[in-house]
Amino acid sequence: MKPVVEVHNVGMKYQSLNGEITALENINFSVQDGEFVSIVGPSGCGKSTLLSIISGLIASTSGAVLLSGEKVTGTSPKIGYMLQKDHLFNWRTIFQNVMLGLEIRKTVTSSAKEHAIKLLKTYGLYEFKDKYPNQLSGGMRQRVALIRTLVTNPQILLLDEAFSALDYQTRLIVNDDIYDIIKKENKTALLVTHDISESISMSDRVILLSKRPGKVKNIYEINFDIKNRTPFSSRETPEFRYYFQEIWKGLDVHV
Amino acid sequence: MSKLKDDRVSKETQVTKISQEHIDYLHRVRMEKISVRVIQILIFGVAFLLWEICANTKIVDPFITSQPSRVFNTMVRLYEDGVLFHHIGITCWEAFLGFVLGTLVGTIIAIMLWWSEFLCKILEPYLVILNSLPKIALGPVFIVWIGAGPPAIIVMTLAISLIVTVLEVLNGFLTVDQEKIKLVQTFGGSKYQVLTKVVLPASYPTIINALKINVGLSWVGVIVGEFLVSKAGLGYLIVYGGQVFKLDLVMTSVIILGVAAAVMYQGVVYLERMLVKNKA
Repeated sequence: MKPVVEVHNVGMKYQSLNGEITALENINFSVQDGEFVSIVGPSGCGKSTLLSIISGLIASTSGAVLLSGEKVTGTSPKIGYMLQKDHLFNWRTIFQNVMLGLEIRKTVTSSAKEHAIKLLKTYGLYEFKDKYPNQLSGGMRQRVALIRTLVTNPQILLLDEAFSALDYQTRLIVNDDIYDIIKKENKTALLVTHDISESISMSDRVILLSKRPGKVKNIYEINFDIKNRTPFSSRETPEFRYYFQEIWKGLDVHV
Repeated sequence: MSKLKDDRVSKETQVTKISQEHIDYLHRVRMEKISVRVIQILIFGVAFLLWEICANTKIVDPFITSQPSRVFNTMVRLYEDGVLFHHIGITCWEAFLGFVLGTLVGTIIAIMLWWSEFLCKILEPYLVILNSLPKIALGPVFIVWIGAGPPAIIVMTLAISLIVTVLEVLNGFLTVDQEKIKLVQTFGGSKYQVLTKVVLPASYPTIINALKINVGLSWVGVIVGEFLVSKAGLGYLIVYGGQVFKLDLVMTSVIILGVAAAVMYQGVVYLERMLVKNKA
């Protein structure tokens, strides 16, 4: 089967008055349908840049990204992007926030509205649909943000440090929540994070990038011998520590 | 998920049971509100009373300082002559027009500068110079170009409020969270959609602030304009009263002006409540 995302020899150079910065160099990997893949690496290694390139927000200076075999030239409806913060607009109600993507794509139909309502109902937010974001807790807001992405029916979710703005406890709960939703809705996910534990607990594979210029240093297959895996239960397995040690060694952090 | 719901329920039950402490607290807040209002009114009353007494007992010369009763009489006389609302109307209309035009044109220019960074870079030094230039210096130029009359006054008002509006609103546009803009772009949003879906609504508070500043500035513009050219309006009455030493007329006009400006400001505050009610 053809991979959903293929990254071929992607490189990125930034120009500035002080010279040229190579952010990414010769990146190669692919993501299969339904897979959950994380990208970890030291700060400044170009993880977020890589997501922006895959989403078509910015163009790479070399190489190409293919989505189901098609070359990326701009933003695609196949992709849903989740940012670090929920960025719900406080001048819109929860329902209006959820409809934002559809409005922008000009695809607001009654069936799309029903889909949005169904998602809100499924994930326990329906009764808040006419409330404003400041009336919701951080975890709920993040769920609304995910639903806002899901109503546009993306095939692939790109999560750019999507949990790092939450406090630790909320984050563990939201990890489970979002993981559950992504699996239920059968989406392919690509998560960028600097949190090794988070990447192991959620992913099928972890891609480790080296420090700038970012290159693929290693790819780790993550397998847990448990049924009904959740991010939280993964954290309690003996293998978890082993993976953590491996990736930590690979990261080669010096302070 | 269920934990969050429990928290919410407990918050609601807290509201239904009102303790004695909470009643006391609400009472204290209310009492403070009332005392502030009472003292505000008292200051106003005492000031006018003192003014009246000092003038009556010749501690100050009412010919120079006027006094509340004379102000009142002047107002009645102007009303009986049928010119009171004529003057008020003209000035308010000019101020309102200058205010609306300043805000509208200023916002449109700000949108253009936001749209094109290149244009913004080019125009920056001109904006800086125009901003620091005392616009009143342009008064005679406007009179010669446009002619003595209300249009010149409105242009004067516009000149005073326009640049401030442009800079204030543009600054608001530029401080909109880049990540929010990125969010719209991830959905494939165009520049126009970035403007209408994020930048404008996120800048409502800034625009409202610009409106508040503009209320004051447009009154400055109108009065300066009327000082220079007019044949009617409150500014005209003030200049005329000063020239013929009718301080009653001057004081009356100033007081009416104060009330009119306050009403307009309250209008903007009302507008703010309607537009940004969910900002909290």
